[in-house]
Amino acid sequence: MSELTDLGIAAIRDGVRAGDFTAREVAEGFISAVAAAKPLNAFLVETPDHALAAADAADKARADGAPMGGMAGVPIGMKDLFCTEGVATTAASGILDGFVPQYESTVSANLWAAGAGMLGKLNMDQFAMGSSNETSAFGNVISPWRRKDGGNAPLAPGGSSGGSSAAVSARLCPGATGTDTGGSIRQPAAFVGISGIKPTYGRCSRWGTVAFASSLDQAGPMARDVRDCAIMLGAMAGFDVKDATSLELPVPDWEARLSGDLKGKRIGIPREYRVDGMPDDIEALWERGIAWLKDAGAEIVEVSLPHTKYALPTYYIIAPAEASSNLARYDGVRYGLRDLPEGAGLQDMYAATRAAGFGAEVQRRIMIGTYVLSAGFYDAYFTQAQKVRTLIARDFDDAWKSCDLLLTPTAPSAAFALGEKSADPLAMYLNDVFTVPSSLAGLPAMSVPGGLDADGLPLGLQIIGPALDEQGVLNAGLAIEERAGFTARPGKWW
Amino acid sequence: MSLLGGAGATHACVLFLMHREAGASRACMSVDTATVRKIASLARIRIDDAQAEALVPELNNILGWIEQLGEVDVTGVEPMTAVIPNHLRLRDDVVTDGNVRDKVLANAPQAEHGFFTVPKVIE
Repeated sequence: MSELTDLGIAAIRDGVRAGDFTAREVAEGFISAVAAAKPLNAFLVETPDHALAAADAADKARADGAPMGGMAGVPIGMKDLFCTEGVATTAASGILDGFVPQYESTVSANLWAAGAGMLGKLNMDQFAMGSSNETSAFGNVISPWRRKDGGNAPLAPGGSSGGSSAAVSARLCPGATGTDTGGSIRQPAAFVGISGIKPTYGRCSRWGTVAFASSLDQAGPMARDVRDCAIMLGAMAGFDVKDATSLELPVPDWEARLSGDLKGKRIGIPREYRVDGMPDDIEALWERGIAWLKDAGAEIVEVSLPHTKYALPTYYIIAPAEASSNLARYDGVRYGLRDLPEGAGLQDMYAATRAAGFGAEVQRRIMIGTYVLSAGFYDAYFTQAQKVRTLIARDFDDAWKSCDLLLTPTAPSAAFALGEKSADPLAMYLNDVFTVPSSLAGLPAMSVPGGLDADGLPLGLQIIGPALDEQGVLNAGLAIEERAGFTARPGKWW
Repeated sequence: MSLLGGAGATHACVLFLMHREAGASRACMSVDTATVRKIASLARIRIDDAQAEALVPELNNILGWIEQLGEVDVTGVEPMTAVIPNHLRLRDDVVTDGNVRDKVLANAPQAEHGFFTVPKVIE
């Protein structure tokens, strides 16, 4: 059944409904692909029974003539940040070793209600802190892509949703959930030549998702193309009383309104995103993207987002600050790891547990966050960052006066080799330079494949839209997709 | 666990604020091993002396970089508190969950008699 694994979400949904194949055949095909892809280390837990049960339910619904959900018969991968009832969830951290949630996250519950099944839990950067998937406590995810130089250096799948990106790109699942705090859907999608959208903050409930930085965290889909993203986002999103920041708005039918016709749309090109030292391949990609959007009928205008250079340092105050607060809950008392040295008291147990359970990057960010929130430093760092964040959001508000959407590269480079940046936290942080500003402003943004670089590796283009205009973002993504003709896929070596 | 309390204002911070008010773009903040140990203690993460030494340049590298925010003029700018305008909802004052003690305790490293169990805290 290997050819069924070449199908995306829409094709599977439609094929199951039409009776071209059964959902069970689809599930079995992907289950085999997952089982045969251990060298990628994309899955932390495999859940074939979950996928098969959902498939059988879809097949039965079709046979009975019962209503079928928007994702009926589609098996997906679930980032390990989402709590899944009865299925181990660790956020790729040793401190959640052995944690089996007794409840289901809202996003995953929405997907199951739409008829999707779960192939397994996907590896990621520990607590979603990383841009290369190298901070997982359970080993690196290896990108299915290789440079065409024949060197076979293992490449980063991007991060933090690196298991998701690798799995979709390698045809282990037609779609996967991701989460994006500063680019964790878009950058990995760009690195492996797939699409991914971070919706407006508040579209997807954060309830049951392991928290990193609560004012930034948003779930979103990662899939082969724009239509598949529209379908899957529609299944994930929706108002949830259990998340105080959930937006009380209906979920638009994004798929039904997809259109690559951009007549009358103005696309802004932010001049501050032309950073020094940007590779020629990225410059050329951006120019191609501009030409494609013009061809789709859009008008191109130059805009300015003057506080762009302050977005990354702002992010690296706010995100660690929120993380240090969120991760205070891991204390060895209620769930996960406990390290109780001989004769230790409660405080010693907290400190020993957190030293043993958190990885180096997580500890580093908790320390930074603790410092910037501590008495005497709070105003100089945290309050200042919150004010600059206001200015960054205001930059976007000003830009929307002269354009409808923004086009930028997704990342400043193609995928790098594992180990290439892991020794220098700052070099790694700089990878998110184009994705972080829209995260700070809570805006919908997506990455779509734009082509290959000289090494034969995928490059992504990012579209950013005003709050709640996922439709505009998806439509511009579709316009690029229709013109980029991106069909490259990694050769199977695993 | 409080992660917010504890550290008093240091000389370095006061200097930093003075510089900012004077419009200086480079601040003077840096941590030493004592400060790193203090942060680790506030964060309830056990570190040994070698780790404290190693963290000093790592944290200073990051802090030196984020300090560029000090050069931004934020006069009259409110700190962001909600990224998308939203209102906090009130719900009916009724019980919506509970009676799930076994589920709450299911993942506890140690639980006895329906309670979480921790090392003795009172002698």
